[in-house]
Amino acid sequence: MSDWRPSASLDTIAARAKLLHQLRDFFAARNVMEVETPLLAQATVTDPNLEVFSVSTDVVGTSPNRFLQTSPEFAMKRLLAAGSGDIFQISKAFRKEESGRHHNPEFSLLEWYRVDWDHRMLMREVAELIGEMLGRAGWQVWTYRALFQEHLSIDLFDPGIGRLQLLDVARQRIGDIPPDLDYDAALALLMSHCIEPAISDWGIVFVTEFPVSQAALARTMAVDRGAVAARFECYIDGCEVANGYWEQCDVAGLTAQFSADNEQRQQRGLPMRELDQRLLAAQAEGLPDCAGVALGVDRLLALQVGVSSLAETLSFDWHRA
Amino acid sequence: MANFSTNEFKSGLKVMLDGDPCSILENEFVKPGKGQAFNRVKMRNLKSGRVWERTFKSGDSLEGADVMDMTLEYSYTDGEFWYFMDPASYEQFGADRDAVAETEKWLKEQEQYEVTLYNGAPLAVTPPNFIELVITETDPGLKGDTAQGGSKPATLSTGAVVRVPLFITEGEVIRIDTRSGEYVSRASKS
Repeated sequence: MSDWRPSASLDTIAARAKLLHQLRDFFAARNVMEVETPLLAQATVTDPNLEVFSVSTDVVGTSPNRFLQTSPEFAMKRLLAAGSGDIFQISKAFRKEESGRHHNPEFSLLEWYRVDWDHRMLMREVAELIGEMLGRAGWQVWTYRALFQEHLSIDLFDPGIGRLQLLDVARQRIGDIPPDLDYDAALALLMSHCIEPAISDWGIVFVTEFPVSQAALARTMAVDRGAVAARFECYIDGCEVANGYWEQCDVAGLTAQFSADNEQRQQRGLPMRELDQRLLAAQAEGLPDCAGVALGVDRLLALQVGVSSLAETLSFDWHRA
Repeated sequence: MANFSTNEFKSGLKVMLDGDPCSILENEFVKPGKGQAFNRVKMRNLKSGRVWERTFKSGDSLEGADVMDMTLEYSYTDGEFWYFMDPASYEQFGADRDAVAETEKWLKEQEQYEVTLYNGAPLAVTPPNFIELVITETDPGLKGDTAQGGSKPATLSTGAVVRVPLFITEGEVIRIDTRSGEYVSRASKS
């Protein structure tokens, strides 16, 4: 077997070690505390676009399976509710069925939370972190709506723009498209096939103020002509590296989001997920006003050392693991 | 036939799309942040030979195509079909003009060909990369012209016409690269 060898070069493996030090220094200098939370938990996410690994951890044949985390979000929010203050974590996260040039089912995630911050303040800190790690200055912020206006001449606030209009544009731009896409899937298609390639030479781009239907665990807020989700994603050279929220602190809003996720799961024939009761209890007790973000460490490293696939940043990629 | 999900798509997998058998060339997983994931797939339509690019929602599936490649020996033609034989079982397969297509000019009896069978019938015939054929007709060679590198047309036993160096003469066996249709060398003495 020749694939016992690492998929990354030794130089890249050394660059990863250095990057991890730099990240820890970045947060130490800002008084953000490093934490650790369990990888295997009894509850998992409801997000219909995430597939989780379910693991038998049973010793006596009675307890149900546990789930490998898709991110440390829920556990870190419980720490925040318990009064931890600003925290960060660098850990492995697992997403089943996500494998490709920019995806590995097991990957490294940097996640951090800032108490009393909103998503705009956090975007600035993400930009500072990326600037320090990649030695790149300058970044721009675009609203989701403005990007669609700029590249596709569609105004998402226009009440005449719905699912069918989006699908028409997608057909014109892409040609054959999959059938039965809902509104958000149509947006995702246009984002990944038209907008991501178009911003690939724009350097560091923050996309913010997402459609309310894509709020996930972010709060929604009113803007000029409508409502948006207080969420952002950061793209570097067209590659998505980070996703952040001004967190939804309201427990009723969170429960409603989870239930809506489960409804979608049911419609798609996916298994429903039990809600994480410990998270809900923590949020009922009170999650402090905060903003949080998750950043893909492997992708950041790929950009830093200039390789085009995630496998080249991993000691052993999925196929060699 | 089994169904294959997008996460099982890999190069060489044969699937049905729009009623035609296709061979997957490339499969790229794309996911914009937290939303719906897609697979951008490049595949070759095995009937037309054209390359298609399609996008699927991740997790969607396609029916597998009953396509298999076999190494068969060319036997003969009756003008309508070209017959190939499995040297192990002596089973015969008749390929029509669409299946034989460009390969017709490289068909030599008892030579082995890669035949793609779809539902048991030949869909495409691929010649070996190199084949040795006898020259049935060419202008007489000019002695002493070997260094000059000129060339002339020569007709082969299969009817194909290739360009050969001037020193090559009628009745000689030459080696040809079927991918480019170019002369390679004189055949090794057998």
